[in-house]
Amino acid sequence: MTHLYPPSPPLPDRAHARTLLRHMVLVRRFEEKCAELYTREKIRGFLHLYIGEEAVAAGSVPVLGPDDSVVGTYREHGQALVRGVPATTVMAEMFGKVEGCARGRGGSMHIFDAGTRFFGGNAIVGGGLPIAVGLALAARREGSAHRGSDGTRVTACYFGDGAAAEGEFHESMNLAALWDLPVLFCCENNFYAMGTPIEISHSETDLALRAASYGMPAWTVDGMDVLAVEDATRRAVEAMRGGGGPHFLEFRTYRFRAHSMFDPELYRAKEEVEKWKKRDPITLLADRMREGGMLDDDGMEEVEAEVRAEVEEAVRFAEAGTWEPVEDLTRFVYSEQDGDDGEAA
Amino acid sequence: MMAEITYREALNQALAEEMDRDDSVFLMGEEVAEYDGAYKVSKGLLERFDDRRVVDTPISELGFAGLGVGAAMVGLRPVIEFMTFNFSLLALDQVINSAAKMLYMSGGQISVPIVFRGPTGAALQLSAQHSQAAHTWYVHAPGVKVVAPATPADAKGLLKAAIRDGDPVAVMEGELLYNLKGEVPDGDHVVPLGKAEVKREGSDVSLITHGAPVHLALQAAAKLEKEGVDVEVLDLRSIRPLDVDAILETVRKTNRAVYLEEGWPFVGVGTQIISVIQEEAFDHLDAPVLRVTQADIPMPYAKNLEQLAKPSADRVVEACNRVLYRS
Repeated sequence: MTHLYPPSPPLPDRAHARTLLRHMVLVRRFEEKCAELYTREKIRGFLHLYIGEEAVAAGSVPVLGPDDSVVGTYREHGQALVRGVPATTVMAEMFGKVEGCARGRGGSMHIFDAGTRFFGGNAIVGGGLPIAVGLALAARREGSAHRGSDGTRVTACYFGDGAAAEGEFHESMNLAALWDLPVLFCCENNFYAMGTPIEISHSETDLALRAASYGMPAWTVDGMDVLAVEDATRRAVEAMRGGGGPHFLEFRTYRFRAHSMFDPELYRAKEEVEKWKKRDPITLLADRMREGGMLDDDGMEEVEAEVRAEVEEAVRFAEAGTWEPVEDLTRFVYSEQDGDDGEAA
Repeated sequence: MMAEITYREALNQALAEEMDRDDSVFLMGEEVAEYDGAYKVSKGLLERFDDRRVVDTPISELGFAGLGVGAAMVGLRPVIEFMTFNFSLLALDQVINSAAKMLYMSGGQISVPIVFRGPTGAALQLSAQHSQAAHTWYVHAPGVKVVAPATPADAKGLLKAAIRDGDPVAVMEGELLYNLKGEVPDGDHVVPLGKAEVKREGSDVSLITHGAPVHLALQAAAKLEKEGVDVEVLDLRSIRPLDVDAILETVRKTNRAVYLEEGWPFVGVGTQIISVIQEEAFDHLDAPVLRVTQADIPMPYAKNLEQLAKPSADRVVEACNRVLYRS
């Protein structure tokens, strides 16, 4: 990493720092449990773990309000959990149970929760970007009565560095900037598009620079430092609420695990992974909290115990869940409208 | 009361009436606002509504189709105009992977009430990339509905029904039909999705089709009438949902069928119709069901080759004669 970040922001108060820490630990332990359950064949399909990148979700998602929207990718467990989609229903979704947040129709890659305005779980690389721009267009229409005030609703759209090579990236950035729509583009640059290093994917590897070319503010952020993530997100969201149009945040981060459970990781050196692990986002924050007298071993264990209980409860909930009745196989291909049984076509 | 208007005016009326009725409806696409639409379907709408309801886009089919999907996911009712469905192939990821699957993969939480509309089908000497039928690309995916109006009345009624529907609907307009005049019932004329219509009653052979070739079918039927053959022309109007009952009814009546379409033959709409007929009405058939389609080639530019590539009334007559064992 040659990029120079601004100095990390100061520690917030203890309660807030603990919330950031707890969110990151929740995502980490939840996903470690997912990996274990995958090997036990409780979870199947593709499973893309976020481990290493937790600071991005923990630092950015809580900055959003309940009327804002979130669009994720197939690596979206972190954003979903921090957004407040219950760990129970996320886990049940991965088990394929009807109690899952998408009734077991989507699995790991398609977490949806209309109640928290969590709009996927979009597993085609780049596919979520135009959807986010559309959500922002709708939000601006709904909020038109108080446009330009703090009423502006923000749509946060998460995607990886790989998506920046897609045509959808260009089209979405152009449309959002052209129409001044309040989309927060959150690029999680983990330096690999699956197994392809960013240097081999992009003619210009400074993704914030590319975003700036569309005429929107774009900043590079240390994605391993949850305080830096939060600070940048806050500044962007504040500007957007004031009518500042779309913003782009490039969070430089790293995934510690393989791309998916089927990835033997032959494309990167163990030393590189180990080097990044020294900047583990959980350790970075915990160390600063310890230095600031906000955390000790007991305090850390308390966080771990709370999270352990939440993850255990999620697994219990998913285990106790039921399979969707087979009669419902064709339900929701079409909507159930006007007395239609939804299967007319 | 009926008024005689063009297919283009019928579509324009449908858009205006639905936008009047429901503030969540808006039209978005290339050249739809200031330019009044490449085919003038949206003429006058910008003036009548405003630039929030009639939205010009850059040449960004994938982008604005996906943008429409996002807006529909939270309750707006976008009508996405593709200048032609040829260009919509760039947008298919959002149509198939997002619009069609969203309701199912979200476990019934998030519906996508969106309309994709524009011209499609064979044109006149526009060659391979601008002269083709797009129906099959769309109709293959569960979650999408597809309609193909052949008359001004159906154009108005089906577009209105599509805009009111809760799911993605592709309204495939006939590129060469915009100037076609026909009677359209006054008032709130809505044609329900999934209802075929017998455009000509007959007893000897069923000629089944959708979209612009309905007119070719009627021409062929008129020719055959002179030879003493009584053709029934069934216009599907909707391909999804498919009016299976209407197909079976006409086949059980005539015991012979020909499917006519302007798309390619390989896994075309006709293959699905033939499958339905052989599964459900095999014992009623007195002859194999035949198809008349575009030739299995990209559309050529040269006039003589183009004529050979397109279905013609003569080829329809020949196919009807064959299933009647008259040739």
